[in-house]
Amino acid sequence: MSGIEKDALTGTDTTGHEWDGLTELNTPLPKWWLYVFFACIAFAAVYCVFYPALPLPGATGTTGWTARGAIDGVMAEERAKQEPMLARLRAATPAQIAADPELRGYALAGGRGVFSLNCAGCHGAGGQGAAGGFPSLADDDWIWGGSLAAIQTTIQHGIRNAEDEDARASMMPRFLADGVLTAPQVNDVAEYVLSLGAGSTDQPAAQRGAAVFAENCVACHGDAGQGNRELGAPRLTDQVWLYGGDKASIVRSVSYARGGVMPAWGGRLDPALVNMLTVYVHALGGGE
Amino acid sequence: MSKVEAKDKVKPAAPESTSLYADRQKVYPKAVAGIVRRTKWLILCLCLGAYYVVPWLRWDRGPGAPDQAVLVDMQNARLYFFFVEIWPQEVYYLTGLLILGAIGLFMATSLFGRVWCGFTCPQTVWTDLFMLVERWIQGDRNARMKLDQQPWGFGKVVKKAATHAVWLLIAAATGGAWIMYFADAPTVVRQVLTGQASTGTYFFFGLFTLTTYVFAGWAREQLCIYMCPWPRFQAAMLDENSLVVTYRDWRGEPRGKAKAAGMGDCVDCAACVNVCPTGVDIREGIQMACIGCGLCIDACDDIMGRLDRPHGLIGFETWTNLDASSRAAAPLPPGPERLKAGMAARRVPRFIRARTLVYLGVLATVGGVMLGSYVLRTTLSLAVIRERAPLFVRLSDGAVRNAYNLKLANKLRTEGDFALVLEGPAGLQVVVQDAPQDGQGRPLVHSRGDGISQWRALVTAPAGLHLAESVPVSFRLLDADGHVVTSTASVFLGPKP
Repeated sequence: MSGIEKDALTGTDTTGHEWDGLTELNTPLPKWWLYVFFACIAFAAVYCVFYPALPLPGATGTTGWTARGAIDGVMAEERAKQEPMLARLRAATPAQIAADPELRGYALAGGRGVFSLNCAGCHGAGGQGAAGGFPSLADDDWIWGGSLAAIQTTIQHGIRNAEDEDARASMMPRFLADGVLTAPQVNDVAEYVLSLGAGSTDQPAAQRGAAVFAENCVACHGDAGQGNRELGAPRLTDQVWLYGGDKASIVRSVSYARGGVMPAWGGRLDPALVNMLTVYVHALGGGE
Repeated sequence: MSKVEAKDKVKPAAPESTSLYADRQKVYPKAVAGIVRRTKWLILCLCLGAYYVVPWLRWDRGPGAPDQAVLVDMQNARLYFFFVEIWPQEVYYLTGLLILGAIGLFMATSLFGRVWCGFTCPQTVWTDLFMLVERWIQGDRNARMKLDQQPWGFGKVVKKAATHAVWLLIAAATGGAWIMYFADAPTVVRQVLTGQASTGTYFFFGLFTLTTYVFAGWAREQLCIYMCPWPRFQAAMLDENSLVVTYRDWRGEPRGKAKAAGMGDCVDCAACVNVCPTGVDIREGIQMACIGCGLCIDACDDIMGRLDRPHGLIGFETWTNLDASSRAAAPLPPGPERLKAGMAARRVPRFIRARTLVYLGVLATVGGVMLGSYVLRTTLSLAVIRERAPLFVRLSDGAVRNAYNLKLANKLRTEGDFALVLEGPAGLQVVVQDAPQDGQGRPLVHSRGDGISQWRALVTAPAGLHLAESVPVSFRLLDADGHVVTSTASVFLGPKP
């Protein structure tokens, strides 16, 4: 018996399937192609035994391989590769690192990553700072000093935090809130401070304020408002203002005081990373 | 007759008796001699010769650079081709070559059919070589067919084992040669032979050995018929003026015994079928499995020669000519008169036609663009990337500063120092971090050979220099003679005035 029907036009066998008068020509696939398909199925079955493939808890496969484990392995390898360089960075001072082209290049590249992870949240991705007390690290104005050593100390111990005894600390009095000055005096001294830099619009008030300034402010900010980095007292004569340089902001600063907090990174970061960060921040543009 | 009845009639009781999977009909191509075969051997020698010799050619590029003429250096991301050295970002040259290759293939196909498949495709070249080995060890077509039908015995095992051993040897040499294009040839060969090569090298060595062995030894015409996409759309390149391997049916039909009366020139000896590497019958006309190798031409010419009949019953012929010959020969009975009339009706094929001119135009355009871009290619380029965080820095004295990352890509192997000059509004000061200054106080940036040097430039507008919010600036590099080597534009940003 011949169950195979032939297509009249092409003379080719049909599969015998018919849908509303349409029949399908049989152009057979080579058998080896089918065997390759079976081989793939067999491979998949073997794979399921050795590797995690089933969406079940604990179905990790007999090799115990996991993607997370593989990543951990690669990360550990990379860390081991970094270790000799990190050891050198740990042993050197920031000044020594900055003087050695190899260490400096490594510190700048690595420091960028450390900065992005730990510092950019407050200081911005490029160290541009943010309004509300997060200073720019790219300009030439430094509250606590912009030398390598000063930057390292600031990163290591932080500012006005409770966790590090050696944290940089100073406290500006709350002149109005604590009743040291009256509101008109605050107004006058703010006019005087304006006159140091941008210029005052109320000369008589500024002149009155000079006396108030000499009495209350010079101890920290200097007799000409030049600031004092030992005490973290900012320079008042320049055009960089951490909390705003308009009169209202200055009045508020004098009345209620300011004082930002920065965590101590010495206890959180490897000393090598602190050194890398120091060199990186110093190179942002304002290093002294 | 109703529809239902008709259906019942054509649909027998057991319609599913046909298999959807076919066994491979093994092809036993017979040895053949002739002009096409000789051409194919020549091309085979040229192709394989080039493949094996090119990695050993040397090209001096100076110290520190590989001296291999053709090398794909993956680790250092460089491609060397004699005097050409390509960086990864210039991979478009490779793309251009692929486009040229594709259009060249289209053009060759529209002119001469599947000459690529039949003569130069690696699958054809290596299969030819493997068949030569097979024939040399196991004998010609009939001997091989007999051997395959024999029960397994000592002689058969020895012959089969010897064949596969030689195949594997050739395959290993093929895979080995491929590796030589990706590493220094003498070094990698020594490493592979002494067992010191990397795992990756052995992997690719094994992979290409395996694919060569499987494709040329086992898969053969299956690769062309089932795997290769090219035969599927080659018909789009062919037209009635393409010279393709053709059986002149107007001359050969009706086929029959040589001595029988009233028969055409085809004696139905099946020589053309027996020599075909893909096992097709060319007398059925142009078909997908025909790779256009022309061996059937040699086979048929040989038979015609023995019968004292003119050559060319099968030949490279256009559809136009075949049609003209058929018309001229139709009224005549088989015989020399019919042959004469048919051949006289042929015309020189039209090689210059819209299709080939378009291909030629595209080839010339792409080739011209590639050549132009290569000739005008700069070997020293400066990329200026303005830092965007912060957009600008206000300094304590009111000055405004912008920072720029400079990337100096030097494609030559010579180092150099260049003075950086900023073209822009007067008063802008430029400082490059870590860079020395030349006698005129300009920053001097150093460019290392064959690589990218990075510098960070700080540009400051002093207080009192009132600029617009955004002003165009241009960074220029001057060589020792003061000539501008390269120049890149950027902008200087500041606060709203």
